[in-house]
Amino acid sequence: MTANTAVNEMDNEWLEVGRLEDIPRLGSRLVRTSKGDVAVFRTAGDEVFALNDRCPHKGGPLSQGIVFDHKVACPLHNWCIELQTGCAIAPDEGYTGTYPVNVENGVVFLKLED
Amino acid sequence: MSDKEKLVLIGNGMAGVRTLEELLAVTSDKYEITVFGAEPYGNYNRILLSPVLAGEKTVDDIMLNSVQWYADNNITLHTGKKVVEVNRARREVIAEDGTTERYDRLLLATGSNPFIIPVPGSKLPGVVSFRDIYDVNAMLEASRTRKKAVVIGGGLLGLEAANGLLKQGMEVTVVHLLDTLMERQLDKPAAALLKISLEQRGLKFSMEAQTDSILGEERVRGVRFKDGSEVEADLVVMAVGIRPNIELAKKIGLHCERGIMVNDTMQTFDPRVYAVGECVQHRGDTYGLVAPLFEQAKVCANHLAGYGFALYKGSVTSTKLKVTGIDLFSAGEFLGGEGYEDIVYKDPGHGVYKKLVLKDNQIRGAVMYGETVDSSWYFQLLRDGTDVSELRDSLLFGQHHLGDSGHGGQNVAAKMADDAEVCGCNGVVKGNIVQAITSKGLFTLEEVRAHTKASASCGSCTGLVEQIIAATLGGDYSAAPKEKPLCACTEHTHDDVRKTIRGQHLTSIRAVMDFMEWRSTDGCHKCRPALNYYLISTWPDEVQDDYQSRFINERVHANIQKDGTYSVIPRMWGGLTTPDELRAIANVADKFKIPTVKVTGGQRIDLLGVKKDDLPKVWADLNAAGMVSGHAYGKSLRTVKTCVGSEWCRFGTQDSTGLGVKIEKMTWGSWTPHKFKVAVSGCPRNCAEATIKDFGVVCVDSGYELHVGGNGGVKVRATDLLCKVETEEEAMEYCAAFMQIYREEAHYLERTAPWIERVGLSYVKSRVVDDELGRKALQQRFLDSQQHAQVDPWAERAEKHVDAHEFVPIKQVG
Repeated sequence: MTANTAVNEMDNEWLEVGRLEDIPRLGSRLVRTSKGDVAVFRTAGDEVFALNDRCPHKGGPLSQGIVFDHKVACPLHNWCIELQTGCAIAPDEGYTGTYPVNVENGVVFLKLED
Repeated sequence: MSDKEKLVLIGNGMAGVRTLEELLAVTSDKYEITVFGAEPYGNYNRILLSPVLAGEKTVDDIMLNSVQWYADNNITLHTGKKVVEVNRARREVIAEDGTTERYDRLLLATGSNPFIIPVPGSKLPGVVSFRDIYDVNAMLEASRTRKKAVVIGGGLLGLEAANGLLKQGMEVTVVHLLDTLMERQLDKPAAALLKISLEQRGLKFSMEAQTDSILGEERVRGVRFKDGSEVEADLVVMAVGIRPNIELAKKIGLHCERGIMVNDTMQTFDPRVYAVGECVQHRGDTYGLVAPLFEQAKVCANHLAGYGFALYKGSVTSTKLKVTGIDLFSAGEFLGGEGYEDIVYKDPGHGVYKKLVLKDNQIRGAVMYGETVDSSWYFQLLRDGTDVSELRDSLLFGQHHLGDSGHGGQNVAAKMADDAEVCGCNGVVKGNIVQAITSKGLFTLEEVRAHTKASASCGSCTGLVEQIIAATLGGDYSAAPKEKPLCACTEHTHDDVRKTIRGQHLTSIRAVMDFMEWRSTDGCHKCRPALNYYLISTWPDEVQDDYQSRFINERVHANIQKDGTYSVIPRMWGGLTTPDELRAIANVADKFKIPTVKVTGGQRIDLLGVKKDDLPKVWADLNAAGMVSGHAYGKSLRTVKTCVGSEWCRFGTQDSTGLGVKIEKMTWGSWTPHKFKVAVSGCPRNCAEATIKDFGVVCVDSGYELHVGGNGGVKVRATDLLCKVETEEEAMEYCAAFMQIYREEAHYLERTAPWIERVGLSYVKSRVVDDELGRKALQQRFLDSQQHAQVDPWAERAEKHVDAHEFVPIKQVG
């Protein structure tokens, strides 16, 4: 029980993942966590978003997709997922988890809350 | 107060509302929009009135835009208000009830009125036209209490009305002035078959009959003809044609002839006033079918949005009759005449008639009766002006005769059950497609793809999906024009983009998007890879390859698999390998616990299930044994498959293996619009299957046969023979030249097979075979480009750590 509580507390803290320039513009990097992979995206305008690295369609790794505007196209079957909301773009329907992200002085932080 | 400009639409019909939809799709906040409609409904699909009359659909089924749609898009809708005046000086629209709206831009879409023959009695109760919901309701009402109907007009509309009334249980006589039904769409043989078929259903015909008067006192009771004969009638439907409704336009001083005159930007005489639809006259033509109206709507929206580059140049139209069970198609100059040739297939016993009218090796017109399964294909060939000389022998037997798996036989679409699978890739059945078309008001292949995913993957069922759309929508479905924009981010076509990149010397994706006014900031997953390819293939020594615009396989030089692992295929030149290479592959498989090792169809070995993090290490080991990337993942040269040839084979005529290795050494690393496969067979037994490759060589005793445009995928296509050459050097030269012209001119993601079908084999021959100087220039450009391309991407990543970020997580936690 104690171990679990400790993990949960950690989840609610901002986790430093790396520098903004380590993520390519219109690209993504992977954060490996005990709960699964998280894809961290950087847009053309240097905004950063984080999604569960699983497409709602067939579980494709979104971190490997092509990034444009605020969307990523899944590499397996080209479903497009919105970076802010994790929602598939109509007419496809589905949702993947999002995580809060923060960039301070060029350093990217991620919160792994549920 | 809103500072938006005000746009007023007069005419709440298909053309006007479609223009608004097109406008909202490109800019949703430029205008405050107001719509005036004389009818008290939202916008409904007028072309589906026939099925409503026939009892196959209800009015609700054919609504396109409900009142809610206008509210959702902040459009003010005035229904049931007829506009009676426009003050162009004050820019005000005034309706009958006094409602007044100011405008900055005005759009007229007043449609057309049915033409009523001015004979005595034409205003009697019981005489109706066939134009709107009121008419349909009046006919349905009459069919419940009355027995005999006369339809005046044996054209498209008249026959659809007659069929509907017949289905409602009435006795129907069709009266036609001429001796040929649907004379604007059909020639005599087709019209005769149609007449027989309609007579079998119970329709009666009075041909070459001129109406003298409509008889009756309080209500219609018959029709009298010029020859003195009479026919009884409780209902008379006038369906002799439509006239553009230009009453308002004339009144407010806009220049009109038969219709409201518009230019190629859909502007009238007053540049603030646009007009679209059946009310307009453009380059001398008026249109009464839906496809041209939609083309006009797109152009008009483009100008209203302020983009200002689209032009309407007129439409080629086609017709199908929306009478269930009757297959009829007509397009273009179907009558032919002097200087035209006819190809005719006639089987009156089975009720089949097909005629194609040709001129200058192009299809100019078509009439088909009884079997219209290939009509959309013929129409496409007609619109594209495709040279059909190569197809001529089998043209009339249809596209399936050419091996298109989308066209497997007679009118497949209509006969399919609702639960029959149409799209095997995405598991879409016919019922899903029909449901989506009717419930969501879809008209085009693109829309059906977006909503149902049918034909959105491999595309082999496209023909079938188009048939289903045509069968569901009836006559007004028109295949999408081939000159499609590259993607939703732009209006420009692939060819426009290529020309501009070359002409303006653009060298980055950003520059192309800025110069060509891309609608989206970053482009999308469809256009960015295309632009990147066009840039690197046009300026190989200048352009920086943009890896973020490449599909993952080309970014990490391996094939992504369904579980997110990758497969790795080292090159085996011409399919040759050595014990050392095989040992190295075995060692790599052991060391990195690679679960599957498979021999590919391209004569090499595939290592499947490699973890992404391991890729650079796997490559380092393969590089150490002298192997390089096989580009099995790329839109690029894949393999050169060979047979053993004269070195070992008792039948071999030339050294096919040796030539294959030379070709692979020359071509590896080149990026192409789509994957490119080569094979060399040592004799006509063709063990290397060279005749289903993009470029195939078949060795013969006297030299080398060169074949192009083959494909072994979804649609199997055997190659066309390009030419025969005598030496290996020539075979290499032609190969380089062919690859280069394909690289320079095909659309991104277009294999050589569809590319050759699009441009014609004779064109390719004229560039690669007939023009020696041109061929050598193409070859030189290919070789120049290869100097920048033949760098092993694996070595760069394994040793020089190029793109290292691709292969390691940024962070590992827990």
